[in-house]
Amino acid sequence: MKLAFQMAYKNLIGAGLRTWLNVGVLAFAFWVILFYNGLLDGWNQQARRASIAWEYGAGQAWHKDYDPLDPFTIQDGHGIWKEAPSDAVPVLIRSAVLYPQGRMIPVSLAGIVQSQKILALPTATFLKNQTEIPAIIGRRMAENAKLRAGDQVLLRWRDQYGTFDAANITITGVFKTDVPTVDQGKIWIPIEQLWKMTGLKDHATYYVLQHAESPKTATEWKYMAQEKLLADLDEIIKSKKAGSAIMYLLLLAIALLALFDTQVLSVFRRQREIGTYIALGMTRWQVVGLFTVEGSMYSLFAMVVGGVLGFPIFVFLAKQGIAFPASSQDFGIAMADRVFPVFGPSLIAFTIALIVISATIVSFLPVRRIARMNPVDALKGKIT
Amino acid sequence: MAIEEIIRLSEVTKRYPMGETEFTALKNINLAFHKGEFAGLVGPSGSGKTTLLNIMGSLDVPTTGEAVVLGQHISKLSHKASAELRNRHLGFIFQVFNLLPVYTVYENVEFALLLQNMPAQERKKTVYEALDWVGLTALAHKKPDKLSGGEGQRVAIARAMVKRPAILLADEPTANLDAANAHLILQTMKRLNDELKTTFIFSTHDEKVMGYLGRIIHLRDGCIELDETIKNKPLQR
Ligand SMILES: Nc1ncnc2c1ncn2[C@@H]1O[C@H](COP(=O)(O)OP(=O)(O)OP(=O)(O)O)[C@@H](O)[C@H]1O
Ligand SMILES: [Mg+2]
Repeated sequence: MKLAFQMAYKNLIGAGLRTWLNVGVLAFAFWVILFYNGLLDGWNQQARRASIAWEYGAGQAWHKDYDPLDPFTIQDGHGIWKEAPSDAVPVLIRSAVLYPQGRMIPVSLAGIVQSQKILALPTATFLKNQTEIPAIIGRRMAENAKLRAGDQVLLRWRDQYGTFDAANITITGVFKTDVPTVDQGKIWIPIEQLWKMTGLKDHATYYVLQHAESPKTATEWKYMAQEKLLADLDEIIKSKKAGSAIMYLLLLAIALLALFDTQVLSVFRRQREIGTYIALGMTRWQVVGLFTVEGSMYSLFAMVVGGVLGFPIFVFLAKQGIAFPASSQDFGIAMADRVFPVFGPSLIAFTIALIVISATIVSFLPVRRIARMNPVDALKGKIT
Repeated sequence: MAIEEIIRLSEVTKRYPMGETEFTALKNINLAFHKGEFAGLVGPSGSGKTTLLNIMGSLDVPTTGEAVVLGQHISKLSHKASAELRNRHLGFIFQVFNLLPVYTVYENVEFALLLQNMPAQERKKTVYEALDWVGLTALAHKKPDKLSGGEGQRVAIARAMVKRPAILLADEPTANLDAANAHLILQTMKRLNDELKTTFIFSTHDEKVMGYLGRIIHLRDGCIELDETIKNKPLQR
């Protein structure tokens, strides 16, 4: 085996341009696979961190009738939870309509405890302006409604009996977040205020939890573990990965095709050499092994060359991140304007294994026929 | 005579399929070779010289009949055993030298020993010894494409002889060489035949080669026409 590697190495170095062409495409495939997956992994990790910081906390407890995907459940999906953990933060959600400059924007009105520390929402800014109803909104919402800090805007909502009521709210702060669900179409106000406005004192739609373990939930409340809340995000990243896999697997297939072709040509053009190896005392399968190792060595070279040349680029990308235009940020899941790709050891190991194993298989297939070659014909170079 | 018999062919026949019919390249060949012979298969093109050499080299098998080389029945050997036989006991020299192009002269010669897993130090000594036999020590680190034809064939001789095989099979070794180089090669081989008692079997239609042979087996249409022993052959200059 060691001999096969030494021989394969010599043959490849001796083969010149063709070797570097194969190594080049394989290295390129290596980079593309690494880049795409690293980017998505980085995005996923950032998005998870952001979602935990801005929305999910260590987990949530939902009122049994609440379903964030179904806006109609907001109407009735709330209640009082007497045994709620004292450090959990209640959030009450009501639908409302905002009237900025004569426009009409349906919104979710979210009440949250001003003194909460679990989420990154700057609820302390509620106190900035001693107004009746202070509100904070996200940057996307602010842009959409053309609102700035300090602006007053008319809000209309229904109380617990369905009666309409309206008042001016004051924007005390605009926050910047990567998590669109706490931003788009959301107005955050102090929960005490919302209780007063709606007459739903002590009601909550869900609680954000401080601790990861499941609290003793009453039948009215269901525990949503952090991982469960993040599952959607993982799902989206996974489907994005599958989508990009098609692209880079195509690229890999092209690289492997070139390798396959090289091997077919090798067996054809190097018949005399094959015959000579056999005359010198190699078995046919040893020669098959030699040619297979030679083929798979293209991929090893590609890893080394790709690794050495790619390393600084990938470190740079991981450090600097990649800027994404704001327009691409409306995926409905958290996405920062700068995504920092993450090239983890398992991703690198997976990519290397994928390329080396597939290259080895592809190298083996065309050279199998050496095992059936007649050495006499091979020496004459007569096999077609 | 008590000289060891190293090759015995009994009723060796080789047929090749030719469309509907068959072509018989060798017909009932009975032949024996003994240790230390310097013999040649001579005959017109297509008479079966190469076919016979390949069978003796266990690169091919007879269609019928038996070929016993160094006590081993060629037809019954596994791929592994036949590879082992070639690696340790048989040397080949070809008309086109078949040097491995990406290896240096040294590495070409070393190759068979690597397959034998010979330890590095011993290997180096052995390779240089073989290069010395053919006078190519100075070219050890050249690649084959930088060698002249004569040098190339001498490398091939060193490569075949480095493992000190019992039998060396040379298929038209001088066909691609000029007269001076042909004689140089033949003298080298004759010397190794004298010193190492290696059995040399040639296939040739080169008069120069015949001048060196101690035994000439004339083949025609796959049959032995004449098997002549040349007595007290003076070494040609
Ligand atoms: N694989 C094969 N299939 C069919 N016929 C073959 C095959 N190999 C050799 N022959 C035939 O067998 C005969 C003997 O061939 P061989 O190569 O042994 O001749 P040779 O004496 O070495 O000739 P040369 O001097 O031209 O090298 C030839 O007629 C050749 O055409
Ligand atoms: Mg021939």
